[in-house]
Amino acid sequence: MADVTTPTTPGQRPATAPAGGKASASHEFDSAKTRTQGQIVLGRFLRHRLAMTSLGVLVLLVLFAFVGPLIWTFSYEDSSSGSYLPPSGDHPLGTTEVGKDMLALLMRGTQYSIEIALVVALLATLIGVVLGALAGYLRGFVDATVMRLVDLLLILPYIAVAAIIIRTVSGSWYMVALVLAMFHWMQIARITRAETLSLAQREFVEAARACGAGTWRIIFKHLVPNMIGSITVNATLTVATAVLAEAGLSFIGLGVQLPDTSLGVIVSENYPQVVQRPWLFWGPFLVIVLISLTINFIGDGLRDAFDPRQTKVRA
Amino acid sequence: MIRYIIRRLLIAIPILLVGTFLSFVLVASLGDPLAELRSKPGVTEADVQALAQSLQLDRPIVARYWSWLTNFVQGDWGTSVALGSARADVYSVVTDALVVTAQLVIFAQVLALVLGVAVGVLAAVRQYSIFDYTATSLAFLAFSMPVFCVAIILKSYGIEFNNLLTSVGADRWLTTAGPPTGGFSGGFGEVVFKYTGTFLLPTLSLMLISFAAYSRFQRASMLETLHSDYVRTARAKGLSQGRVIFRHAFRNALIPVVTLAALNIGQVFTGAIMTEQVFGWNGMGSVLVNAVRQYDPNMLMGWLVVVAISVVVFNLVADVLYAYLDPRIRLG
Repeated sequence: MADVTTPTTPGQRPATAPAGGKASASHEFDSAKTRTQGQIVLGRFLRHRLAMTSLGVLVLLVLFAFVGPLIWTFSYEDSSSGSYLPPSGDHPLGTTEVGKDMLALLMRGTQYSIEIALVVALLATLIGVVLGALAGYLRGFVDATVMRLVDLLLILPYIAVAAIIIRTVSGSWYMVALVLAMFHWMQIARITRAETLSLAQREFVEAARACGAGTWRIIFKHLVPNMIGSITVNATLTVATAVLAEAGLSFIGLGVQLPDTSLGVIVSENYPQVVQRPWLFWGPFLVIVLISLTINFIGDGLRDAFDPRQTKVRA
Repeated sequence: MIRYIIRRLLIAIPILLVGTFLSFVLVASLGDPLAELRSKPGVTEADVQALAQSLQLDRPIVARYWSWLTNFVQGDWGTSVALGSARADVYSVVTDALVVTAQLVIFAQVLALVLGVAVGVLAAVRQYSIFDYTATSLAFLAFSMPVFCVAIILKSYGIEFNNLLTSVGADRWLTTAGPPTGGFSGGFGEVVFKYTGTFLLPTLSLMLISFAAYSRFQRASMLETLHSDYVRTARAKGLSQGRVIFRHAFRNALIPVVTLAALNIGQVFTGAIMTEQVFGWNGMGSVLVNAVRQYDPNMLMGWLVVVAISVVVFNLVADVLYAYLDPRIRLG
């Protein structure tokens, strides 16, 4: 293995360096490498031990959910096993009342929960960033309208509205994701607006405007790259919030409906067994907690990594 | 201050109006509330028509909204149309449920606030100590647990605990069915016993997540004030450590947390719905779940408006508290 980690031989350097007396000067520049913002942040994040461990666990969970079903012997549809079998070599988490393998169900539920959470986070971030930046940049009427919309959505209890919409339209996983996204963009919009308000006063925005850049170009080329830190952190934390929100909604029976499933649905179907057959409850419970916990830690690591005041990282 | 409160309430009115109108349209699109009634044997078309007329299902939606609104502000919140509800009065059902839920929410919030602030301050004063690390890990863990799962765990092991009590000949203590409608009876000791037995587990499960948020927030805000100039000045004057922490740092560090607690009320309400579902309480949670399942439009509207108004009021409380606690902020 030693040869794999061997650094590039110094002999290769002069080949790329310009010929002549300037070679040694360029060598000095090379040793104090200039790093882009992205490289600095990535470097800090990679050194954040807790965040990296969490990322590892999360990757394992994603593999469990998406690759697991391809390998595992039982399918989530297969209800041929006996009812309520205790954990064994065949069924590490036992079977449910109708004789389905719990591990197979858990893989499928995790898959749906992760998909829902990702859709919610992406959509909520997109809506929040666009509306927040527009409000902060254009101000006036647009600002007032967007902020009143935020106020409106914050006073409507999302759980009731989500339940009504899902009951009316359908309880498929993407519908649940769409409805949850509708109620999770406000925080991001507020943060983006606040940052835009201060960034929009800076010279570089004025310069861009003087060069004739339009509103969208200024927002996406000049403003968004400057607040990528808080956007990324909040998008990450929204994933964790969405996992919990979806589980809660499905738990009270107003979220994802069969044939789609989720971790919330699995818990709600099996929780009466928690004392007699704890494995049916603790499996899905642990997966929910692990997803949400690891994402919260990753978000924390990202926050530290993006913080310009941070010089060294404490894990 | 009075002028500010009045102005804020006036701003809230149009938002509430738009909110209720959108909810009304949403609720109206939920489906036919009389479908179940129609399919029932022995119900004549005339009965259905009479009920449809009384619900004004034949009129355009704006007219229906207007008549709902005028009745609503006069205190007539309509009746339930769900089968088996005996046309219950929405106002009394929702307010009864609100009282049950409010008790749970208030207990949990007060407990979470007191514990969260205490733990947060201690963790900040002893930053990077074992206590700090433990509190941080526990907060992250609590933050990542769904409320209903905590409730399920507490409930099932609470029942086990009861069985243990009865097996040694004692009375059952923890109850999981919610407070009795008639209040608690018996001597003082007995009432306290029953009251704590009823509220302990639901309150614990609901407070956990708020506690986690408050302790984290309090820690951050306390650290910020501890590093501020005026605290350094206070130390330089030679004040004792306790006086610096409590008189100078703590009082200022409290401001953001109090505000957060008032703003958090919507989320806590959602948590209360889950908790009630697990423990089988007849609070706002079961009213919502039943109303959605049975297409009960008046009940849903009553529910939505009560929750929306509570959120508006608590947001206002947050702003007023903020101005009251922090003299640098002047509301006008």
